[in-house]
Amino acid sequence: MDFLRKLLFLPEQASTIAKEIDWLHYSVILITFAGVFLITGVSAVFCILYRSRRPRRPDERRPPGPTPPLWAEIGLIAGLFALFVAWWGVGFWQYVRLTEPPSDTYDVYVSAKQWMWKFAYPSGSHTINTLYVPEQRPVKLLMTSRDVIHSFFVPEFRLKFDVVPGRYHSVWFTATKPGAYKILCAEYCGTDHSRMRGEVVALTASDFDRFLEQDGGGGPGDPESMSANASEPSLSLRGQTAAAKYGCLRCHSVDGSPHIGPTFLGLFNARVPLEHGGEIVADAAYLTESMMDPQLKLHRGYGPVMPSYLGYLQPGEVSALVEMIKSLRHPPASAPLQLPANRTFPIPDAPPLRPNAQESSP
Amino acid sequence: MPAPILGEQYASLDRQAVTLRFGMWLFLASELLLFSGLFVLYAAYRSMYRHDFVEAVHSNTMAYGTANTYVLLTSSFTVALAVFNIRRGALRAAMWLVLASAALGVTFLAIKAVEYGVHIREGALPGPYYHFADAATLGGNRFYTLYWVTTGAHALHVTGGIGVLLWTAWHVPRGRYTAGYHPRFENATLYWHFVDVMWLFIWPIYYLV
Amino acid sequence: MSAPAYREQSSIPLEAVPPTEPSYLDGGGLMGWLNTRDHKRIGIMFYGAVLAMFVLGGSFALLLRLELLTPDRTIMDANTYNRLFTWHGIVMVWLFLIPSIPNIFGNFVLPIQIGARDLAFPRLNLASFYVYLAGSAIVLGGLVLGGTDTGWTFYTPYSETTPDRLFPVVFGIFVVGVSSIFTGINFIASVHMLRAKGVHWRRMPLFVWSIYATSIILVLATPVLGLSVLLVGLDHVFHLGLFNPASGGDPVLFQHLFWFYSHPAVYIMILPAMGVISEIVPTFAHRRPASYNAIAFSALGIALVGFLTWGHHMFVAGMSTIDSGIFGILSMFVAIFSAIKTFTWVATLYRGDISFNTPLLYFFGFLFLFMFGGMTGVAVATQSLDVHWHDTYFVVAHFHFIMVGGSVTAFLAAAHYWYPKMFGRLYSERVGLLCATAVFIGFVLTFLPQFLLGNAGMPRRYYSYPPEYQWLHVLATGGAWLLGFSVLLAVGNLIVSLRYGRRATANPWDSRSYEWLTPSPPPPHNFPETPVFDRGPYDYELSQEEVYARAYPR
Repeated sequence: MDFLRKLLFLPEQASTIAKEIDWLHYSVILITFAGVFLITGVSAVFCILYRSRRPRRPDERRPPGPTPPLWAEIGLIAGLFALFVAWWGVGFWQYVRLTEPPSDTYDVYVSAKQWMWKFAYPSGSHTINTLYVPEQRPVKLLMTSRDVIHSFFVPEFRLKFDVVPGRYHSVWFTATKPGAYKILCAEYCGTDHSRMRGEVVALTASDFDRFLEQDGGGGPGDPESMSANASEPSLSLRGQTAAAKYGCLRCHSVDGSPHIGPTFLGLFNARVPLEHGGEIVADAAYLTESMMDPQLKLHRGYGPVMPSYLGYLQPGEVSALVEMIKSLRHPPASAPLQLPANRTFPIPDAPPLRPNAQESSP
Repeated sequence: MPAPILGEQYASLDRQAVTLRFGMWLFLASELLLFSGLFVLYAAYRSMYRHDFVEAVHSNTMAYGTANTYVLLTSSFTVALAVFNIRRGALRAAMWLVLASAALGVTFLAIKAVEYGVHIREGALPGPYYHFADAATLGGNRFYTLYWVTTGAHALHVTGGIGVLLWTAWHVPRGRYTAGYHPRFENATLYWHFVDVMWLFIWPIYYLV
Repeated sequence: MSAPAYREQSSIPLEAVPPTEPSYLDGGGLMGWLNTRDHKRIGIMFYGAVLAMFVLGGSFALLLRLELLTPDRTIMDANTYNRLFTWHGIVMVWLFLIPSIPNIFGNFVLPIQIGARDLAFPRLNLASFYVYLAGSAIVLGGLVLGGTDTGWTFYTPYSETTPDRLFPVVFGIFVVGVSSIFTGINFIASVHMLRAKGVHWRRMPLFVWSIYATSIILVLATPVLGLSVLLVGLDHVFHLGLFNPASGGDPVLFQHLFWFYSHPAVYIMILPAMGVISEIVPTFAHRRPASYNAIAFSALGIALVGFLTWGHHMFVAGMSTIDSGIFGILSMFVAIFSAIKTFTWVATLYRGDISFNTPLLYFFGFLFLFMFGGMTGVAVATQSLDVHWHDTYFVVAHFHFIMVGGSVTAFLAAAHYWYPKMFGRLYSERVGLLCATAVFIGFVLTFLPQFLLGNAGMPRRYYSYPPEYQWLHVLATGGAWLLGFSVLLAVGNLIVSLRYGRRATANPWDSRSYEWLTPSPPPPHNFPETPVFDRGPYDYELSQEEVYARAYPR
């Protein structure tokens, strides 16, 4: 089948899902090709068989042409419809798998801007235009844009998704083997749209560990990455620095104690009740949004006093803060929590509310 | 009084009248789709900024909106009466009623102008010029931006409608319409009704709920 | 080959069609044209304007294909290239394709085909022409002032922040949209109200059905486009930020609003083309259509279901999975209607008496290219595959197969088919057949490589590209110039034949459709006397003599 792949000019299949997408591709293209040539062929045959052999006379009548029987028409349409629905079904199933990541992914933050790709790894490294990933391990990308819509496209993974400002989109893939795979921007974004390219470099596990140790000093063209000397703090550690620097800790505690804002302990991926009803999961997108527009989806029980950090926090710092909050996922079981009776704040693994707990408002 | 002209493509005056009215409905369908886009935008942003929108609606002065609703509803009434009159042959009455509607239309625009003045003073301006203290949120900004665009578009249509009504009234004494044949008159009033109906959607979403 | 270059199918003498006044082409001087109410003259004026836009948009394409000969700079810089592909799209979509068949051939032929003396609103028709001219002038003025580089899709927030002259361009598009709405209103009202006695709904020529379906889309979808592009213009000038996240707006919302129109718009571009084909096939196969109802109702089906499928442009834009799935399956439905038409056309050839003339050769080109394009449409509606293909040359090839391989081919077919009726002359059949072949070859050479480019991962709107794609681009550029040249030659044939072509009879193709009951070219009021319509437009069982005897009984 590789012959068919090459015939159709499809690139290498370098992700786990690429092969099955290509199978669907072959099925659709071959059957539709066959159909087109068949029908054109039939028409050509008709044109030859039924060509006019002499000029018609003015008083000449002709027999009416036959109408195809209704069952034939309906049968043909039903058959075609069934075929299309089958393709749609398979395509939809594959699409769902493409867009819904497994739970144990290695997450990388992607920030697109005119006209480059910036990648931030949980370990603290960051690279420009080259994305290093371990082979054979699911990698999830959390992507946002600094300015206009871009689109992250890796042909060899059969992967593409728009990168939109003001939102996070996530995609995932598993690279099947080590290698370098082109990244292309696939949504027109200005003058150098066609030059906004990069590479996904899939490394073996040991090579990838070595990359992480080198702290982002990976390939060439990496001016913003730290120099290759050790003790680059991890992303979550840098998050703690940022939290202190921007005054987050003035309102948010890290140990579960209630304060002006919700505590960071156990906040990541918790279900958070909202001011105007409903709930939301406090994922990376929600946390980021809350830093940029705190009143948008205000946590119930807290006043609208948090300022917006839009324009103050650098994207690297945002991801660092998110990582830091993420790292505060498991509160120690022994931490006593004093929660006022009138606040509902579901924390995973927290002991139940003590009915007599009192808390004067801050 | 000059006789109405029958186009060569029409079998009868009646057919011509029916076709003219049909064409007007088609045009109104396209206008409806135009406003629908604005309503869709409102719905989308309201679902994104639910709380802010509610707060912004409260910050909007209901009195102006309601006054305008009364004005437009009355003008629709007078314009409907005008059609009733022209069908009876009471051409002068029809003309004055149409002029009354036009005057009410102008009243609508005047109230709107006053209201816009208040908004400007308070800082409830669209986009980057927004600095309205009573709804100092991103959602409030979105609300008022959409408010300006939608009511602005509507005001443009009201202005056009007034022009259409004046043109119609101008032609009444010139014998353009008869009791038996007046599709263009009816079309003018139909347009005015449309403008009123659009306001009946704008009013609740920007002033009431 | 000793056969004559053109086989005249009709030997019916001119006298069988009653004598007439001078034709619609004569008299009135310049003002008689500029101030006309005659739908035929308005159609001819549109013909000139629309062809000019076609040549302009085509030139942009030829220039940008020259740039793509090498992976980096060839003859222009990135900014110019980005503008060129934007202008190519804007001019071709709004100034050429959307008005093309409806405003030229719809205007000219539709009233005659329903036995009417004009459209319902002749002055509105003239207004639609001048509004079109005004809108085009504003758009072109905007382009001259530097124009925009956002792509014809104006995606936000780029279109809000790009420093170029966006507003005149979008305002011009809005104005052209008003012209479209006027046209749609006119056609719908005419079809409902002006059919001659005996022309029931199921006795209308199929071209009328397709124009009617197109007009529904024109009236309902165009306003939404007008609104969306105007809002983008306002955002650009006043920074309202309606679709800019920095101000709290949602860029994907713009995409929804834009594609809600622009997807039905593509049906505006293909339905009239299908209508032309539905006239040509029965005429040249000299047989009634295999199923009149199938073609008529599938046109309505396309128009209505076409409004429900816009999200398939946004599978990777950030819609929910469920929404994507719904749009995907609905997009498949629309393809069924096109398949119904295609099967019916082919079945109409069965047991026909087929004369091979230029319009029929264009039909063959259309058949192959439209099917190819349509099936690749089904392919890109398959979501997982679209993830790879979206915003690559695969999609570019898909829509050019439909819009050029389908609509432009049908446009040329219509130009040749109705030429004798419109101008009273015949063109050179040899040149016609040659051009039809060359157009087909040029087209395939241009766009087939683009499917392969898309598969390989080449994104669209790319000024520079990875060098391994170069040879495919060179092929495409060669094909594009051949295509351009062939189209010019085809149009040249028609223009030259205005003066030197042989005079045509009322019915050179021996068709049974109603427009052939009137002289070529028709008199100002379409019919010397209104014919009796007591038969359908595809009654090929009747002989020629019977047809005219029944239409004009003594």
